[in-house]
Amino acid sequence: MKTPAEYYQRDRDRHPPAYAPSYKTSVARSPRYALISLQQSTSEITGPVFGHNDLGALDHDLIKNYAQTGDPVGERIIVHGRVLDENARPVPNTLVEVWQANAGGRYRHKKDTYLAPIDPNFGGCGRTMTDENGYYFFRTVKPGAYPWRNMVNNWRPAHIHLSVFGASFCQRLVTQLYFEGDPLIPLCPIVQTIPDADAIGALTAKLDLNATIPLDTIAYKFDIVLRGRRSTLFENRLEGN
Amino acid sequence: MQRLNYLRETPSQTAGPYVHIGLAPGAAGFDIYEHELGWDIAGPNAEGERIRIEGRVIDGTGNPVKDVLLEAWQANAHGKYPHPEGGGEVEDGFRGWGRVITDFDTGEWGFDTIKPGPVPARAPLASMRPTAEEEQKDAFGRGHQGLRAMAPHINLWIVARGINIGLNTRLYFSDEEEANATDPVINLIEWESRRKTLIAQRGERYGQVVYRFDIHIQGENETVFFDI
Repeated sequence: MKTPAEYYQRDRDRHPPAYAPSYKTSVARSPRYALISLQQSTSEITGPVFGHNDLGALDHDLIKNYAQTGDPVGERIIVHGRVLDENARPVPNTLVEVWQANAGGRYRHKKDTYLAPIDPNFGGCGRTMTDENGYYFFRTVKPGAYPWRNMVNNWRPAHIHLSVFGASFCQRLVTQLYFEGDPLIPLCPIVQTIPDADAIGALTAKLDLNATIPLDTIAYKFDIVLRGRRSTLFENRLEGN
Repeated sequence: MQRLNYLRETPSQTAGPYVHIGLAPGAAGFDIYEHELGWDIAGPNAEGERIRIEGRVIDGTGNPVKDVLLEAWQANAHGKYPHPEGGGEVEDGFRGWGRVITDFDTGEWGFDTIKPGPVPARAPLASMRPTAEEEQKDAFGRGHQGLRAMAPHINLWIVARGINIGLNTRLYFSDEEEANATDPVINLIEWESRRKTLIAQRGERYGQVVYRFDIHIQGENETVFFDI
């Protein structure tokens, strides 16, 4: 039996710190002690496996998956890209889930009371699996910006929330996709919890004219990178093997 | 100079206040998917002791976090994960993964599962194979990670508004005192007083086994969180 290889340690400087006072909610919701670093065991290098049986036929199509009387209002977009690891290898057959506000900036959530109306034809969530090459896509409408209570005049840039699993529990990631050219990106306290501009760039989807459907739907490209895994250069063996 | 051509991990962002419609729409009262994921951590065919786990997530002010989402990842009763590298065959109907949100009014969460078995520890590095004495404890009173089986545990991942990157912790069981005492991960925690933050307390209600596990994000009893 080969010793399963571990994943590269997470580069915490790439991520927002838990405590980011300009995003006020993080103040009481951030641990004060240092995280305890674990060498990975089976518990960390394994993770849930999903199959196409878990999904419905329209789950990746937010334009159709909640349509009642017609299509939702808004700019029709395709978001597509690949899920890769830090070794630039595709992450195949992994679950990608998305959720977002409608074109007016309103979520279909009972806690959202923003005055922009609910769209009767838009649910605002979807999910898909990457293919053998790590490729994924979904269709939706571009979400609107909306105000939120932090300072009195903070606005979220248009964004789509993404959840990705990878092959192991230590690759689990939740993030947000922003859109190229949005002037709210540099003003948003949540975006700015990320300390480095290059990392913010990695969350900014680029207009991809080649992937648009002419006269129909505009496209944005968004690649996602999960933690990479070591190659076992000098093998260690389990006791007794 | 040559370049290392690694990509860099996509940065995390908070799951935000509306994570429920994205990841648990059915539980949030929003009927969109035929099959919601994460409700079937251990189906009827799963072997082992049936248990329930309940708790709250408490913030630094001492109040429950009412918009949190937790995911659980656990081995089956024989210590195997349903994954190609999970240690062996797992019975049909055991999924090992679950997802739960809190009651929006009380902040209480709970899920039904089976109690996992002990899981093999990581393999010790050949160059660092410890002596029998080192196996007991290192200079700081901590154990090594690569020695004994890990006590039964459930891996938890917690996201919410205000949590900028998911928090990882582990839930251990109060009735596994002996296994917990030698667990390589619990023993890695230098401060013995903090180890108890990982132990769920066993109780019973109407004949059902219920473990209580409150997670303190911050404050006097801050739960131990791991960088995995």
